[in-house]
Amino acid sequence: MKFSLSWLKDHLDTGADSGANADAIARKLTALGLEIESVEDASAALGAFRIARVLTAEKHPQADKLQVLSVDVGDGAPLQVVCGAPNARAGLVGVLGLPGAVVPANGMELRKSAIRGVESNGMMCSTRELGLGEEHDGIIELPADAPVGATFADYLGSDPVFDVAITPNRPDCMGVYGIARDLAAAGLGTLKPVDAAPVAGAFPCPVDIRIEDAEGCPAFYGRVIRGVKNGPSPQWLQERLKSAGQRPISALVDVTNYVMLAYGRPAHAYDLAKLNGAVVARRASDGEKVVALNGKEYTLDSTMTVIADAAGVHDVAGIMGGEHSGCSDETTDVLLEVAYFDPARIARTGQALALTSDARGRFERGVDPAFLDAGIELLTRLILDLCGGEASDVLRVGAPPLARKTVAYDPALAGRLGGVAVPEDEQRRILAALGFETAADWTVTVPTWRPDVDGAADIVEEVIRVHGLDAVPSTPLPRADGVAKPTATPAQIVERRVRRAAAALGFHEALTWSFISEAEAASVGGGFWKLANPISEDLKVMRPSLLPGLLSAARRNLDRGATSVRLFEIGRRYLPDGEYPTALVLMAGEREPRGWKTGRAQAFDAFDAKAACLELLGHAGAPVENLQVMGEAGAVYHPGQSATLRLGPKNQLASFGMLHPALLKAYGIDVPVAVAGIHLDAIPARKAASGFARPHYAPPALQAVTRDFAFLVDAAVPAGDLVRAVKGADKANIVAARLFDDFRGQGVPEGQKSLAVEVKLQPGEKSYDDAALKAIADKVVAAAGKLGGVLRG
Amino acid sequence: MEQLEQQQAETLGAIADAATPEAVEAIRVAALGKQGWVSALLKTLGGMSPEQRQSEGPKIHAAREAVTAALAERKGALEAAALDARLAAETVDLSLPAPEAPKGSVHPVSQVMDELAEIFADMGFAVASGPEIEDDWHNFTALNMPETHPARAMHDTFYFPDKDAEGRAMLLRTHTSPVQIRAMLKQGAPLRVIAPGRVYRSDSDATHTPMFHQIEGLVIDKGIHLGHLKWTLETFLKAFFERDDIVLRLRPSYFPFTEPSVEVDVGYTVVNGKRVVGGGGDVENGGWMEVLGSGMVNRRVIEFGGLDPDQWQGFAFGTGVDRLAMLKYGMDDLRAFFDGDVRWLQHYGFGALDVPTLSGGVGVKA
Repeated sequence: MKFSLSWLKDHLDTGADSGANADAIARKLTALGLEIESVEDASAALGAFRIARVLTAEKHPQADKLQVLSVDVGDGAPLQVVCGAPNARAGLVGVLGLPGAVVPANGMELRKSAIRGVESNGMMCSTRELGLGEEHDGIIELPADAPVGATFADYLGSDPVFDVAITPNRPDCMGVYGIARDLAAAGLGTLKPVDAAPVAGAFPCPVDIRIEDAEGCPAFYGRVIRGVKNGPSPQWLQERLKSAGQRPISALVDVTNYVMLAYGRPAHAYDLAKLNGAVVARRASDGEKVVALNGKEYTLDSTMTVIADAAGVHDVAGIMGGEHSGCSDETTDVLLEVAYFDPARIARTGQALALTSDARGRFERGVDPAFLDAGIELLTRLILDLCGGEASDVLRVGAPPLARKTVAYDPALAGRLGGVAVPEDEQRRILAALGFETAADWTVTVPTWRPDVDGAADIVEEVIRVHGLDAVPSTPLPRADGVAKPTATPAQIVERRVRRAAAALGFHEALTWSFISEAEAASVGGGFWKLANPISEDLKVMRPSLLPGLLSAARRNLDRGATSVRLFEIGRRYLPDGEYPTALVLMAGEREPRGWKTGRAQAFDAFDAKAACLELLGHAGAPVENLQVMGEAGAVYHPGQSATLRLGPKNQLASFGMLHPALLKAYGIDVPVAVAGIHLDAIPARKAASGFARPHYAPPALQAVTRDFAFLVDAAVPAGDLVRAVKGADKANIVAARLFDDFRGQGVPEGQKSLAVEVKLQPGEKSYDDAALKAIADKVVAAAGKLGGVLRG
Repeated sequence: MEQLEQQQAETLGAIADAATPEAVEAIRVAALGKQGWVSALLKTLGGMSPEQRQSEGPKIHAAREAVTAALAERKGALEAAALDARLAAETVDLSLPAPEAPKGSVHPVSQVMDELAEIFADMGFAVASGPEIEDDWHNFTALNMPETHPARAMHDTFYFPDKDAEGRAMLLRTHTSPVQIRAMLKQGAPLRVIAPGRVYRSDSDATHTPMFHQIEGLVIDKGIHLGHLKWTLETFLKAFFERDDIVLRLRPSYFPFTEPSVEVDVGYTVVNGKRVVGGGGDVENGGWMEVLGSGMVNRRVIEFGGLDPDQWQGFAFGTGVDRLAMLKYGMDDLRAFFDGDVRWLQHYGFGALDVPTLSGGVGVKA
């Protein structure tokens, strides 16, 4: 919402109050909740431009289209200025930019110069050059009595333009008058009354106005003004509209816009000659079409209210008029429409048609239902003044919803909810100034222009915002005794631990988009949630896996020249039945760069992924010792270099391994990539410990003993199975089993491998004797034998 | 006996000349070995008369001790020299690079969320969460935004074609506020929670991305008013920026889910072209920057949360986590947050051990 200071002063009497300057008004508006986005003063940039009279104008000796002017700027010494404007001539009074002045339109600083060999001491300016309009056909022509020598800023007078952000609850402030009312309530000036004296009708309204859709259009006030002469509106009106950022069109159109901007009251003027028969507010029929004033055709349906005549639709009610019956310069008779439309219907229609307009913005938020008469009289007066003609009686069809809401209010609520006790008489004053009526028992009657207010909390807001939020004292929240209690949930703690563990392992945490392209989703098996209105096709499907996002991030890093990329992300994967917390670590390229000690660069392999996976699972509290390495990691992986980690066959906690080369190719990656993905949701919750004390432990008195075993087994037997079998062979004595060799080749039969395991034995009360050691060894060999393992000699 | 003295002198001389441990050993065998001359002399003691033994014994023993000592000394000296020579040969160039452990990092958004959790935990707020794929009841209706509410249109909502079991339209939550409803329905009152998380709006430029992070705060209790809200936000921002000169400006505003509604600006000054939070904004080089939206929870929202608004009232606030991170740690392009550029993460990320604590300070100094 934009308006100039002079416009505001049409409605706000600030008297001789020198404190009511633009700065003070701007600060007060923001304090009232009418947030100032900018205050611009076009004249501020015009201090270096002076009013000047052209004394002589002669042809430039070197250029046909240029003239050499002698210009009087009031200091007795005429200046020579070269000018290309066709209207430059002796006697013209215009605006001269002197050297040093900055042209507002382009930011150029003027300098003394020679133009085609002739000295020029400034520039005679056009309207556009000074940022005052679009006019650029010639230089500005001022009245002959304009004070030569004065600065143009002084001549124009300062008229700053405020740009105010109006929140959607304040349709009353979508007119300058409503803003003035708020300022007056806050003690800045006095609100001037609206002068909407009725214009007596000279004849009955000749148009039959009917309402068939009383729900969508409860009230339609109409009046014909005949014998008008349309044309450009006067300067003052054009200035008002321009300050609001609107383009003046013609007097009849400008007047309706002016009343909307000044009072928040949209209206429509039809060219009566283009109407046929009765004017009816009705529902559109499905498929009915109208070309709106913006030149676009809209297809309507039966949920939408329209204004139509016998020939068709002329107005998408409350949103935009039709092109056909709009006023033009030829218009001589107009039908004024001042109606009240149901806000919800306007909102739905506007959304359905994707059609926004100033009128819609006001109607859907709720215009003042008690302002129909004032609106039509204000419009009539302006049209008669500017365009002549004579007005009919007002035809009032239907009735706007005038019932006023009442709120049972307790002035103590200002303190209880608002935190500041405002004296009761001050509360009454504030509410009265805003148009509320407060009864002796504090029943508050809400003015018709405040559809947003319907409860006691709203009244508190009105009181507090006018009283001043600065007056609300900071009040400490009550604090529980003692130090703060822990608040994090187990899931939050797991995420934090995994995050910091991954960072400690050398991975960088990335955050990637929750939505990915359909192709990316398809690369990991397809997504389940597809946006109906994505911002782009790249961000369309909710990720079913974190892999596409991290792979794309890895590719970007590789494309930028990185040789080793370690990334992780902790985030949600989106499945049909919900969102699940997930961690993914990715390593691409070199684990180890070439080095003086390590030789050639080494690429990441599946065991790097396994190590990271187990490390993070451990930090997440998973029972790492009990996890089984199994297959079926999925199609994204290298089929021979990937695995899953499971607690029992059905409960998969994680997968890891090298990615499938075909997947990497699809992502444009040409280095090996290892990943480990953990389903944080699948990690069983730890049994809640009741305290901090750990089970009793004392280091054993006797030293542990190690024994090595080597077994020949079928090459297909997983080493992990053998180690597990060995470790479980004698649980009383074997505390650890560690595989230290996997050998195939000379001395090992084809199709077999030799696995060597170091077994750690912990004696209890007494040291092992030979017989005891042999008994344990026999158990180990027997356990390995169940997997087909044969002890090597 | 002259023979003894001569032999001793020869042996000691040979020891002194011995150049290798093997030569020393050969001398030891020749002198002290079973067939050695010292051993032979010792054996003669048994056949001597007591008088003779008294005069010769000490001499023989002295010779043995002198040879033994000389052998040990020479052996030690040779070993030391050999060690010196070996160590000299083992010299390495320690200006060569040592193996480097890869350094990882925690994303600024995660770090700031941890900081916020730490600060608000001290004020008694737990951390709550909710789904990002929401239904329009939780995201709008229960927050007092019925279907035709103009504020809905301002949210640039991403929709799914899907409906939930109750026929509600599914969408990506446009704010963390639906967690208010979920927390009230689940936990009842009194209640103090913060809810950080991802939110989505169809908007994109240098300061807007279609996905970003918000944090919501909610207090429901008895006798909570706007003054408590003001204190909470002041206290939080002072703790977060670790500055006592934080000045807030509260402006009346409008959110459907709060009444009264308040937008909160924080004062800043421009230092070296960057905004530095602190001080009032009405000074030269200063300004006010909107950082939070907030207000007293609307009665209808409390009702939708299953609570009695005549009994309970409270406040809610929301702010952008990414923005807070940018303000505190100096990033200026939001889009870089979601690129995964390792160089950016190395620069703006945080160490694994930079765990925010109240005693150590929640922030990490540059």
